[in-house]
Amino acid sequence: MANYYVKRVAHAVIVFMIVTTIAFALIRLMPFGPMEMVRMRVAQQMSTSGSFSAEELERVNNLVEVYTNINPEKSIPEAYLDYMVQIFIYQDFGRSIYFSEPVGPFMLRRMQWSLFISVYGLALGRTTSLLFGAAMAYKEGSRFDQTLTGISILNRTVPFYIVGIIFLIIFAFNLEWFPSGGLYNRDYTPGVNLQYMSSIVHHAALPVIASFIAGFGGALAYRGNCIRELGKGYIRVGHLRGISDTRIAIRYVGRNSLLPIYTGLVIGMATVFSSSIILEKIFSYPAMGLATLQALNNRDYPLLMGAFLFFTLLTLLGVLIADLTYGIIDPRVKGGDERESF
Amino acid sequence: MKASDRETRTDGGVTEDDLFNRTGTLSKRTRKERWADAFNLKVVAPLRILAGDARGVIGISLLTFVVLLGTVGPLVVKQPTTLDAELWAPPFQSLDYPLGTAALGQQVHRQIVHTTPAVLLMILSGAVFSMFVGTAVGTVAGYKSGRLDYLLMMFSDTMMTIPALPLVVVLAAFYRPSDPLIVGVILGINNWPGLARTVRSEVLSMREEDVIEAARVMGLSDTRIVRKYIIRNLMPYITVNFAFSSRRIIFEGIGLYFIGVLGGASKTWGVIMQEAYDTSDLTNIGQLHWLVFPMLMIVILVLGLILTAQAMDQLWNVRLRARHAQDGDASHGEHD
Repeated sequence: MANYYVKRVAHAVIVFMIVTTIAFALIRLMPFGPMEMVRMRVAQQMSTSGSFSAEELERVNNLVEVYTNINPEKSIPEAYLDYMVQIFIYQDFGRSIYFSEPVGPFMLRRMQWSLFISVYGLALGRTTSLLFGAAMAYKEGSRFDQTLTGISILNRTVPFYIVGIIFLIIFAFNLEWFPSGGLYNRDYTPGVNLQYMSSIVHHAALPVIASFIAGFGGALAYRGNCIRELGKGYIRVGHLRGISDTRIAIRYVGRNSLLPIYTGLVIGMATVFSSSIILEKIFSYPAMGLATLQALNNRDYPLLMGAFLFFTLLTLLGVLIADLTYGIIDPRVKGGDERESF
Repeated sequence: MKASDRETRTDGGVTEDDLFNRTGTLSKRTRKERWADAFNLKVVAPLRILAGDARGVIGISLLTFVVLLGTVGPLVVKQPTTLDAELWAPPFQSLDYPLGTAALGQQVHRQIVHTTPAVLLMILSGAVFSMFVGTAVGTVAGYKSGRLDYLLMMFSDTMMTIPALPLVVVLAAFYRPSDPLIVGVILGINNWPGLARTVRSEVLSMREEDVIEAARVMGLSDTRIVRKYIIRNLMPYITVNFAFSSRRIIFEGIGLYFIGVLGGASKTWGVIMQEAYDTSDLTNIGQLHWLVFPMLMIVILVLGLILTAQAMDQLWNVRLRARHAQDGDASHGEHD
């Protein structure tokens, strides 16, 4: 079993290295790619005349290295090694041009806000959809089941950002119950005080509801699995043995119906994180997603590549968590692979 | 026995009914009949099944509507013009502009018609791409197993972790992908690993079945086994996945156009939504139709896709299809 965990983690590390390599290739090898652009920008800032002395050229190259972690003078394998060392050993992602600060700490600061809205939205969305799914299965065929099935299908046809826009128009622009953007009211001093904290909640309410919609899913699949599971013999045996209904509902039906959709649910969370790019733009919520867009609009390549790696890392973590925890809910998973190959 | 053989017999005897000369009682079917049968089973029966299901009827009609809008529409409906009609005309008032007009008097229905082809191309390229790659990778990995399986799954895991939205944003920084065909494929790149995994796990259980083993013993080639016995059984997963990857590509693609990451030469409903969102007074209910109609188009298209996919599920049920074939022995056999 320990072997299984080691394998999954090693796998995740290898995948992340491959993606980092892709990022490196995008920066270094693309003609007129990020590195060329940064170099041109730095060169423009430094000199008004077109030509450089050797000394100036060295300074330009050094600055480019500070920004992108890649020294244009070095050969590609050497630069690649340097880039990997910077990211994996020093967690140095370069320096943002637009925000003029190191990308790593900047992303960490922005990330907490992104996680704040996504995690609440997701946790609420996933929990309610699973609860609804189970309730629908128990009341199969009733009016409750039919109504909720209809709502779930509707939910799958309407993208979360449309719901977001509609809520924004109704509750922020027309009724003015909620603010239309920002993290918190600038009048209050950040800290542990009621005004500041309620202001955060007030500003996060609409984005959380939108990401709740984005995270709501899987109700129908869960309902189907529960119905299938409810018809099985061992549930009846459980009833006959006098096991309480709650225990059967949670430990028997709930757990076994979760298995087939579990991985999908956890990986789906990563999709919700990367959809924060659209979400935060709509709600003008200045966290990681909006920063990525600003990086795009200002051609801030170091930040852009950092954000790309960051979102990849989140997805990777999602998959890894799914893999590692799957062993807990389904003890049957085996690490080994004893199939015949043909 | 060949005709030449018969002629060489000189004793006048006629080869009567020897066992090997019989041609059987089945009348030989002409090519036309065979085609008719195939048409019956492959076209008529599926349509009948879909027509028998409310979801199928609604889904297919919604899809047909959008596809017609995107193919025939641009030929029939003129390009939107500016300052030609009344500004901010409400919808359902005039036949010249049934969906109303926008800030500069653009006819909203014309805008929608002329942006539909780009949307359809985007979905088609992305969904077809992820369907083919996902099925191919999944079947090969599951059927071959062993080291190839490991490598292919490694590759698909890597692709799955590359988040599509940030990738498009990064690509947009040095190369603005405006061709909807390319946007579709980029959005599809982390769509296929999901299908590949499902297909692989199905194939893994299928390859142990007796039919497959018998086919392998008979010496059928791998391609033939996969095509004849495996892919056929995967069709339900593939169609459902096609609908869901289309849905995801519409959501993400239109979203990216809406926030202005994509754009340029090709316009989609997302671009209309962006213009409407930025230009109109969102507290004025008389201007909201410009924003609402493109949104409605997304919902119509996705609803059509999902309902059709649900109805299609029954299509792959062989017995059901045989029962719905117009005539032939299969239908009688089924009722007995």
